[in-house]
Amino acid sequence: MAFAAFGSAPANANTGQNLRSGKIVLALLLPGLLYLAIFFMTPLVSLVITSLESPDPSGMIGSYQYGFEIQNYIGVLTDYMPQILRSFLYAIVATLLALLISYPLAYFIGVKIRRYPMIQRLAVTLVIAPFFISFLLRTIAWKQLLADGTPLMQWLHDIGLLAPSQYFIGTPAAVIFGLTYNFIPFMTLPLYTTLERFDVRLLEAGSDLYASPSKVFRKITLPISMPGIISGTLLTFIPIAGDYVNASRDFLGSSKTSMIGNMVEADFLQNLRYPAASALSVLLMAVILVLVTFYVKKSGTEDLL
Amino acid sequence: MAEQQASAGADLELRGIRKEFPGFTAIEELDLTIPAGQFFALLGPSGCGKTTTLRIIAGLDQPTTGKIFLSGKDITDTKPHERKVNTVFQSYALFPHMTVLDNVAFGLKQRKIDEPMKKAQDALNLVELGHLGNRRPQQLSGGQQQRVALARALVNRPSLLLLDEPLGALDLKLRRQMQIELKAIQMEVGLTFLHVTHDQEEAMDMADTVAVMNKGRIEQMGAPEKLYDRPKTVFVSKFLGQSNLFVGDVVEENANSVSIDCKGHKLTVPKARAEKHSGKIAIGVRPEKATFHEDGAPAQSSDLNVVGPGEIIDIRFTGVSNQYLIEIPNLGEVTVFAQNVGKSPVTELGAKVWVSWKVEHAFGLADLPVTEDK
Amino acid sequence: MKKPWGLAVYSGLALVFLMIPIVYTIIFSFNDSIRSNTVWEGFTVRHWTNACARADVCEALGNSIFIGVVSTLVATILGSAIAIGLVRYRFRARAAINLALFLPMATPEVVLGAGLAAFFFNLGFPSGMLTTILAHVMFCLSFVVVTVKARVQTLDPALEEAGRDLYANPNQVFWKITFPLLLPGIISAALLSFALSFDDFIITYFNSGSVSTFPKMIYVAASRGVPAEANVIASSVFLFAIMIVLVVQITGSIRRKRLSKMA
Repeated sequence: MAFAAFGSAPANANTGQNLRSGKIVLALLLPGLLYLAIFFMTPLVSLVITSLESPDPSGMIGSYQYGFEIQNYIGVLTDYMPQILRSFLYAIVATLLALLISYPLAYFIGVKIRRYPMIQRLAVTLVIAPFFISFLLRTIAWKQLLADGTPLMQWLHDIGLLAPSQYFIGTPAAVIFGLTYNFIPFMTLPLYTTLERFDVRLLEAGSDLYASPSKVFRKITLPISMPGIISGTLLTFIPIAGDYVNASRDFLGSSKTSMIGNMVEADFLQNLRYPAASALSVLLMAVILVLVTFYVKKSGTEDLL
Repeated sequence: MAEQQASAGADLELRGIRKEFPGFTAIEELDLTIPAGQFFALLGPSGCGKTTTLRIIAGLDQPTTGKIFLSGKDITDTKPHERKVNTVFQSYALFPHMTVLDNVAFGLKQRKIDEPMKKAQDALNLVELGHLGNRRPQQLSGGQQQRVALARALVNRPSLLLLDEPLGALDLKLRRQMQIELKAIQMEVGLTFLHVTHDQEEAMDMADTVAVMNKGRIEQMGAPEKLYDRPKTVFVSKFLGQSNLFVGDVVEENANSVSIDCKGHKLTVPKARAEKHSGKIAIGVRPEKATFHEDGAPAQSSDLNVVGPGEIIDIRFTGVSNQYLIEIPNLGEVTVFAQNVGKSPVTELGAKVWVSWKVEHAFGLADLPVTEDK
Repeated sequence: MKKPWGLAVYSGLALVFLMIPIVYTIIFSFNDSIRSNTVWEGFTVRHWTNACARADVCEALGNSIFIGVVSTLVATILGSAIAIGLVRYRFRARAAINLALFLPMATPEVVLGAGLAAFFFNLGFPSGMLTTILAHVMFCLSFVVVTVKARVQTLDPALEEAGRDLYANPNQVFWKITFPLLLPGIISAALLSFALSFDDFIITYFNSGSVSTFPKMIYVAASRGVPAEANVIASSVFLFAIMIVLVVQITGSIRRKRLSKMA
């Protein structure tokens, strides 16, 4: 009977009804998918083509011709190895920090204050509040708050947490700090969504069976919140790995903190080294695709959206 | 679309309906005629195909093969919105973004009937919810929602009203009350009702005719009391109430009766109440038609079936009656219901008893129980 | 369990941490600064009373709003249609389509930006307002699908069947039943899409040519110091958005309370 109730989709391939609804599906899906094919898929292909181009024989800067220069990839891999490694290192550290900071917060909002829906909704609003104000301005705010000579920095020097000659802005720590801050909401929201549906009676049953709170957490809470952890990690790691605002000299970084994004930007928009910028982008995309494939293998495609 | 309002119900005929879904067949083969003005119940367990049947009649699903006739007109290929058939959905399916009154007026407005609001108000009055027209459906209780759904369907004066377990979501007390109201409304408006349910009491209580459906087929159809008195298959005998069944080879057949030998007990059934008269057959009796005897076996008689001795292994007091479970060696368990008249013999667990019932109460089935002898 | 207040205090601090730069940005919209808005110079409402004192700030804002509205409109229509198609119909290419919709969300912005820029460059298509809008529709589309899809999934198919049963043809069923019921989801998708477009910097930077947007203006100004007018505009947008969210939540919870009281 359950099948029948949801079997509103036509069953037989040869009924007229099926043909008609086939047309409806096509009309609904085709425009949007075509759009993605043109403006998402083709640009990625375009990127691959550009990444293989060779310099124009005329030698003019910014002019390239079609080619098959695998050399471009070897070039960016050797030239930009420090930035590549740095990007993934920063991304891993910032993602872990965001997870550590977000999990207790998401647990508190999703489970602990469930009985007060008003407060719960207010807390969720506060978590998403940063989305409503420019990401660049928030980062600049941190830069100015943490700049040399500000009261906060002075205090850190006074209590001896920072050596007199030490400064914060421009260091890897500042970049990781900024990345973590900016992506906490991306981590907290998916965690909150899974924890909100979490049945607290399981905890009671768990403490009944396992007794120790840490064991209950490891055996029950953690496995149940896994989907949230996985999607939160993905939503945080990917944009961080490609970010270049935090690491940029005008924001929290310096020339010593450049990430992949900074190199793509510089090569594409300033140095006009399109093949190098494209090769670097393709490499970054390849790593991301490996991660996504892993995720899809683990949780299937239905949960992606 | 038909302009004139159907004043009375129309008759429905299903001819050779078969419905296949990918991977399974919901309806094997269905032929069914429902006379105009009847309250017809389609009864069966979940998964038996009854909801699919209803959806096919409403036009929400297309049959794989077969034809549907309403008042003699073939409506098989007619779209749901072109059929003079309305449905009261299991979940009521009231539109949450409209008021109760707008919900009821929806069908009338779609068909551009005159004075839709007034007619909708009348329909709401009929189900005694006239004062709640401005509320949203979510603000009503389950019973009230059910009545709105009924009004929304009835106001269109359909030739046929389909009810998909509309009482399933209500608690027992409310359900009984709604059953009475529903029956009263049906009598009042005189439409043809097709009621799908898995609740055998509900079906027997309300319907003029009950069709018992199982595994995509109708096993038996008839007036409720007839179905109960003379089930023809094992499924019907067990789904409509309870039955004690005994299997054995026919050892004696005369002009009026058939007798079988069931592990040394000779059990007789009137020939007119038996589907099969030869070979291995199953004979049954309802638990309330059987009685037990503590002081030795009752005298042998040609109009009495006797089994025993056995031991009472379980007694349940349900208020109105006491239910005894008696284990008879070789034969298995027999259930006996005894009216709780206050002076029933005080019988204890472990008591040694014989069970008897009148031959005229026995019935012979067309098929054999599947897992009976293991 | 041992320290019932520990988690509450921690969460409070975490939320305060999230708010610090927001509060800072709002406070510095009142800074009596001339050019660079980095050091507190004293309180003034000057920037609020004349937010368009800096023409470049207001022009950037106007462009951002225009780009946001147009790309939201297109993305919402295309995305809602996909969401309805995905939930309501079963077909073989489902998994592939889910993946195709997920990938743009999983692709780093810098890759999307560089890819589109390479695409337009290879076609010889000059970057500007049009290329920016085309890019914004692309990255908003998947988010619209996700948001509307969630709403379609909660829609009881029996409601549409009831509509068909009550003499509405498929067209009428869509406009009188399906669409009004999906509207809240479509509206939140549009709001999300606008927010994403309005705040996007990286993709815009690669594809907008000489057209300035609000985030792009801030990025360019960052090395010299962002004008306080930018803080004013960002603060007003923030306060406006928060107000909408709060009003929606409060009315929602009042309605829920009333419903539960009546039931």
